[in-house]
Amino acid sequence: MPHMTLALEIGWGTTLAIKTLLVLAIIPVGALILGYTFLLKMMSHMQSRLGPMDPGGFHGWFQLVGDGIKFLQKEDIMPAESDRRVFAMAPAIVVISTFLIFLVVPTGPRLVVKDLDVGVFYALAVSSLSVVGVLMAGWASANKFALIGALRAAAQLIAYELPLLLAVVGVVIQAGTMSLQGIVGAQVDGSIFGFSGLGNPFILTQFVGFFLFLIAAQAELTQTPFDMPVAESELVAGYMVEYTGFRFLFFFIGEFGTAFAFAALAATMYLGGWAIPGVTGGMADLLGPLVLFVKLMGVAFLMFWVRFTYPRLREDQLQAVAWKYLIPIGLLNIIVTAIIKVAV
Amino acid sequence: MIVQNIFFWVLALAMVLGAIGVVRSQNVVHAALYLVVVMAGAAAQYILLAAEFVAWVQVIIYIGAVIILFLFGIMLTRAPMGGDTKLDNDQRWPAAVVSVFLAGVLGALLIDAFGKKEIVISGAKGEQLLQVGKAGHLADSIFTAYVVPFEVVSILLLAALVGAVVIARRD
Repeated sequence: MPHMTLALEIGWGTTLAIKTLLVLAIIPVGALILGYTFLLKMMSHMQSRLGPMDPGGFHGWFQLVGDGIKFLQKEDIMPAESDRRVFAMAPAIVVISTFLIFLVVPTGPRLVVKDLDVGVFYALAVSSLSVVGVLMAGWASANKFALIGALRAAAQLIAYELPLLLAVVGVVIQAGTMSLQGIVGAQVDGSIFGFSGLGNPFILTQFVGFFLFLIAAQAELTQTPFDMPVAESELVAGYMVEYTGFRFLFFFIGEFGTAFAFAALAATMYLGGWAIPGVTGGMADLLGPLVLFVKLMGVAFLMFWVRFTYPRLREDQLQAVAWKYLIPIGLLNIIVTAIIKVAV
Repeated sequence: MIVQNIFFWVLALAMVLGAIGVVRSQNVVHAALYLVVVMAGAAAQYILLAAEFVAWVQVIIYIGAVIILFLFGIMLTRAPMGGDTKLDNDQRWPAAVVSVFLAGVLGALLIDAFGKKEIVISGAKGEQLLQVGKAGHLADSIFTAYVVPFEVVSILLLAALVGAVVIARRD
């Protein structure tokens, strides 16, 4: 395979600008891809919905464009009793938290905004910032439904942050590093019972962690079966109830952008990220983004499949799942992983 | 170094303004939100000090958990939705005296301890002398030199946790 190098000399200012623009573009693009593929098309097929399959003729391709135009036309409404500054800042904080996750996700051997030494930990730390935005939105709306939704969201997000972290600790122990690039490297260099042709995707050894991560991520994204905070039959739309038009679009992009980010994190930690066997060097930089995209769409398919299939959990069941099942299983997974790591 | 100094003063100014916001705010939710600014500023200062891991611990613990619990508690009990409540009392002067005293004592202590100390970052040949605060180095010192204090703190926290469960139980 020919070894390719990109010999471009550009200053750090230009690099910073390019990186910022790329990450800024990824969030809406990723959110729209997930929204289009899964929310509009897959859900319509699975639930026999006719509406989203109709506009524009072929498979309802025009639906998303129509939705976009509709959102931009909506009037920007602020409730009279609302806290205007906090109300306006809340959607921005949710989107910024999503933006920050993408900074550490590697899409190739050299294609990463910044490969932090504490990569995974950083990603989970900044993803927890969105809770502040959610609470601000719920409180500033001056609406009972919004406040109840925000409180439910805060309780749920704090409860499910623990299994999320515990699931990741297993991967970190096995890889011996928290850097996402290092975790990909550990999977590329690994071997399965001495056979190193495929590397060692951590889903094989950390499958318990993988399922913990997916369940906890589902709850962090407040998707069904964990959608108590936005339960439409009880709370209309939870903390988003007073938001219209462009501000609502921000929450929508934040939600699906975070789903995109969590799918990318899961694909990086458990499915080998940008790496596929036999591709190295410049070729991996070229193919990396595509490989990662295919893998993350696979993970996102699982997440949305669950979302469109299961009914909602009750509040006490929701807390019981986290504290009584996921956290003990996560701790057990860490103990077993640590013992095997030391023993082998 | 110049750039670091500029960022330090910008962050310090933001933190001071945030702190003034916390105590001057008439609305308890606003005060908690100003506290987010102070905490985020502290995390950014840690990054300037090359303590990256500590910075993100600051974010996940203080912003991601402590402030959330503050907001949660406030909103669950006495969230003044829409319109302000008067959050003020007659203790301005005692508070001013205490804070000036604290600032003086802490400032004098820090200047006395570190005022003349110069931390050499790069050697004569330009090599990096100071290790950037990687998580690995931190883990090494916690589990070798400081393993006993670490375990003692763990047991203390476990005891506090068990105590909280005992107090909260109804039966």
